Amino acid sequence: MLITRRAEFSASHICSQSSLTAEQNRELYGAAANKNGHGHNYVLEVTLEGDPDPVTGMIFDLKTLKEVIQKNVIEPMDHRFLNYEVPPFDKIVPTAENLAAEIWKRLEPPLKGERARLKNVRLYETEDLYVDYGEATSGANR
Amino acid sequence: MTRVTRRYKFAASHRLNSGQLSEQQNGELYGKCNNPYGHGHDYVLEVSVTGPLNAVSGQVVNILALDRLVEERILRDFDHRYFNADVAEFLGDLVPTSENILRVIENRLSTHWRGAFPGDGPRLEGIRLQETKRNRFELRTN
Repeated sequence: MLITRRAEFSASHICSQSSLTAEQNRELYGAAANKNGHGHNYVLEVTLEGDPDPVTGMIFDLKTLKEVIQKNVIEPMDHRFLNYEVPPFDKIVPTAENLAAEIWKRLEPPLKGERARLKNVRLYETEDLYVDYGEATSGANR
Repeated sequence: MTRVTRRYKFAASHRLNSGQLSEQQNGELYGKCNNPYGHGHDYVLEVSVTGPLNAVSGQVVNILALDRLVEERILRDFDHRYFNADVAEFLGDLVPTSENILRVIENRLSTHWRGAFPGDGPRLEGIRLQETKRNRFELRTN
């Protein structure tokens, strides 16, 4: 069975790779390469998979899930400039792909329960662009 | 691996009527969708792409290139058009149901994919077409 919890955070970023020229960055990232940055209202959906505990009827305590997301993702990232304030984005480009992978990395250890584990992280950068990272898309590249 | 999904919109009209059925059969089969003058929808198209994460760009797919491909091959031809009269594939016997529209979209994207993403680039994983908020059609392409 799957359960999904949704959370939101707002943050700014610049999509620009320092090893590339300004022109190359424009071609790769378009307006997102603007040197002063811009922001999004990110929406995060965290999906766990597991079997319900026969006594509690739950896969994982949703209050705990909410707290884990809050502590590991929302608090460090909400109302922050990702490139300047949230490592490793001082070194890698905070694309939606890299951000989803980083969120997975932060959430997987604390969400290893007896009956549940992290299945998928979906990150909406905007309503029209989202990234899935996790088991659903196979672990070959993790 | 990581999956990136991009959402697009287009408004178009269609009429469901099969040349291989009688007027009465068409009326029974397609109901209101058989209205002789057609009717329209605000379609929502989702395109999902998978592939290795490029370590330099932090991207699975260059969104600008994907937007260009979908704009040139799909939206430009479909948006504010009448499928039955304006879109080449539907000028003959093919009925513009959402199932057939999905197939046409898949065919157009696949045909031009390598041109937009040369080499060992991202892979088209699936496309979804929402005809209304109550109808969604999905085609997995791998």
